[in-house]
Amino acid sequence: MSTTTFSLEFKSETFKGKVNFPTGVFIDGQFSAGAEGTTIDVINPSTGKVITSVAEGTAKDVDRAVKAAKRAFTESWGLKVPGSQRGQLLNKLADLFERHSDELAALEALDNGKTFNWAKAADVAMSIGVLRYYAGWADKIHGQTIETHEDKLAYTRHEPFGVVGQIIPWNFPLMMMAWKLGPALATGNAIVLKPSEFTPLSALRVCSLINEAGFPPGVVNVIIGYGHTAGQAIAEHLGIDKVAFTGSTLVGRKIMEAAAKSNLKNVTLELGGKSPNIIFNDADLDLAVNWSLHGIFWNHGQCCCAGSRIFVQSGIYDKFLERFTAKSKALKLGDPFAGDSYQGPQVSKIQFDRIMDFINSGKEQGATVHLGGEQHGTEGYWIQPTIFTNTKPDMRIVQEEIFGPVGVVIKFEDQEDVLRQANDTLHYQRDPIRAQFAAGTAWINCANSLHPNVPFGGYKQSGVGRELGEYALNNYTNVKAVHINLGQHI
Amino acid sequence: MAKAVDLSVPSSNSKIRVHTGLFINNEFVPSVDNPDPINVFNPSTEEFLCAVAAASERDVDIAVAAARKAFRETWGKNVSGFERSRLINKLADLIERDKQTLAELECLNNGKPVKIARDFDISDSVGCLRYYAGWADKILGQSIEIDHKAKIAITHPEPIGVCGQIIPWNYPIQMWAWKVAPALAVGCTIVMKPSEITPLTALKLSELVKEAGFPPGVINTIPSLGPVGGASLAAHKGIDKVAFTGSTITGRKVFEAAATSNLKKVSLELGGKSPHLIFESANIEQAANWAALGILYNTGQDCTAGSRLYVQDTIYDKFVPILAAKAKELVIGNGFDERSGGGPVVSKTQYDRVWSYIESGKKEGANVLIGGEKRSEPGYWVDATIFTDVRSDMKIVKEEIFGPVLSVGKFHTEQEAIDLANDTTYGLAAGLHSTDQAQCHRVSSALEAGTV
Repeated sequence: MSTTTFSLEFKSETFKGKVNFPTGVFIDGQFSAGAEGTTIDVINPSTGKVITSVAEGTAKDVDRAVKAAKRAFTESWGLKVPGSQRGQLLNKLADLFERHSDELAALEALDNGKTFNWAKAADVAMSIGVLRYYAGWADKIHGQTIETHEDKLAYTRHEPFGVVGQIIPWNFPLMMMAWKLGPALATGNAIVLKPSEFTPLSALRVCSLINEAGFPPGVVNVIIGYGHTAGQAIAEHLGIDKVAFTGSTLVGRKIMEAAAKSNLKNVTLELGGKSPNIIFNDADLDLAVNWSLHGIFWNHGQCCCAGSRIFVQSGIYDKFLERFTAKSKALKLGDPFAGDSYQGPQVSKIQFDRIMDFINSGKEQGATVHLGGEQHGTEGYWIQPTIFTNTKPDMRIVQEEIFGPVGVVIKFEDQEDVLRQANDTLHYQRDPIRAQFAAGTAWINCANSLHPNVPFGGYKQSGVGRELGEYALNNYTNVKAVHINLGQHI
Repeated sequence: MAKAVDLSVPSSNSKIRVHTGLFINNEFVPSVDNPDPINVFNPSTEEFLCAVAAASERDVDIAVAAARKAFRETWGKNVSGFERSRLINKLADLIERDKQTLAELECLNNGKPVKIARDFDISDSVGCLRYYAGWADKILGQSIEIDHKAKIAITHPEPIGVCGQIIPWNYPIQMWAWKVAPALAVGCTIVMKPSEITPLTALKLSELVKEAGFPPGVINTIPSLGPVGGASLAAHKGIDKVAFTGSTITGRKVFEAAATSNLKKVSLELGGKSPHLIFESANIEQAANWAALGILYNTGQDCTAGSRLYVQDTIYDKFVPILAAKAKELVIGNGFDERSGGGPVVSKTQYDRVWSYIESGKKEGANVLIGGEKRSEPGYWVDATIFTDVRSDMKIVKEEIFGPVLSVGKFHTEQEAIDLANDTTYGLAAGLHSTDQAQCHRVSSALEAGTV
């Protein structure tokens, strides 16, 4: 059966142009229909209407992809290709991202709902940066030589796992793909990647670029499918040596369980958060307001690291709230393709309903809706930037991850008070006076600010392992210790 | 008050005092629930040694709370790397001071010869503690250039917190040291569950932990049945990381429990069926010595045991008799006898397991070259056993036996050897013997194992 394709002519303010690319399952360098012949509808969150249908991949497709990846790893990838060459291919792919950056940004805005301008300036730009960063690591995967005694040479090799499974979410579809491809390919692994069924388009466009860049067939395989079918198949596959997952904590557990029950594959998880943003009396107020805005409303609050709990010291609380509210009110909600839009719709009906449910729980549990709290417009999934005040620590909106443009602003007295509150998440761990945050990333005087070379990942139930930076290479290499006897007789 | 018992050391007048309570907050205490105690036996004689307290789930909770308090108040970020280094070195010194007593206790409970426990297990353990003591003040992060004018980014490694550690019975002291040393060096606190078969040396070492000066709650020792204490640690919401060494089947349960509870970090060190390859250019005498050591050391009760041997056909007929002769040289006997180079297997359960594999080897048609016959005296004895004429589908070739039982096969080409070696779901270790340098590097690269 031949592959599905997607064609569209964009005639918007920020992007004009035609797109036309195959949207089948991408295995061994070829697009085709899925094994079951079924498709998944792709919905435009600005309108709620179907844009196109893409091929659905299921467990059988995962099987075929793993076989292709294994063959590619054994014959035309892995350590058979020197790191310098792997780096060159990654740079080539980055070049192609750059050449097609407008098109990729447009697909992202159409499929995910984020604005074209943000997609281009942030998502596409960082994706290119990450690919180039890991291209530079590809020929620098070093082991150690270790002194034991003169009759032995002992050294370590950092070898690729082989076939790795990668499952990515819908909040930064293209960027999450780059974060996964970069370190895995740099270290020589072959990949079976499952993008989110909600946002498949940019990943599918990238498949054509992967071929164009010159990666051997089977090195990267992409399957659009549902979590409980394709995702589960990856997590439990006996031919996959490692799985990397970014998404909700609830699903993260299932991935780790499936890994445990199948072949004890290596697991890294990048999960949810309820990150505290703390503003002391002596902060530069306007700077704090601007960063706080960015911390919770950027990407429509759909960030694992969103600063969704804003703690403000009592001395500046009133002033902060006034300015923060004014700036939040001024955010422009609109068509993702309009040049002046800041915020587009949430990604899907399911997410829209979830967030509205949290907002209603805030109202029901007695918090004050200081700003927003309602749907914006009548079509699509826009939600007004929402601020809650007068909350209690046990309210759902304070404890649970909302993943929407909803912030809670909480007053605190002193450092001891706020550190105790800040660390009190997931009903789990309280840390005492003078403890630093129990968090994988601490932003001082900024927020939601990431770089390809600085590691990112979670403490506690926010995850296992780190992405970005040199640290990510550890996720994709297996250490082999070699002992060579130079003369010890027994 | 938990009681102490005095165990007699065979062929001497000395006794070893062992506290039989749970070690929590630097004190030996009884269980709060008083489940049936754990009975401990001497595998060389099958005699009862003593009973120790078994931890219940509530005892585990108490130990975890003690470890959490210590992490927050006296350990973790409250103690410098220099101080952690000093304490770990002190502990190493005390173990070295008491090595004879510890070795005798290890021999009573595990069966391994006293001289091996003392000069290998304990010596390695002391070395391991000193090694990690040296790292304690060298925990480094990175400073990363983003943009000199606008931003500084640094990474800061921090101790994970409270670690549950579950160790096996094959190297009780050594596994204890391997777990305790790095965790303490970085500032974690520990709830340690030694194996219910071999809890005695862990309890004795706990005394030295207190003597060295570690604050209460930094290390807690809770012997317990696997399905109680082990399961509790793996699923505990107050534990940030679990480290487990043991069987693959239990490793899965630990990993699953971590996933369904609080996604705690997990590290697992599991089983193996490690291949040994003898190429035609090898020094035959030396290769035979190493191959024999590979399967007989610790009476084959080693996760990295070289339990599958593949010999190149051109030297097979020469090599195998030499190997058999060397294997026969090993004296397996009571560990207090100076002549013994190896002891019994650790328990009745293991004894039955290993013999059942030997029987299956015979039944599936392999040839018994040496061994394969039970002794009549008390004790869980398994003598060196070598099977030849094996097939890849035999249980003795596929499954981990954990006893002094070797399967020997043949190969023709280098690629065949590699394929035979890699034909397993395990991947802990592999060995090769060759004097062809290029072959050594080619083959070691191709072997799918964590240690070559």
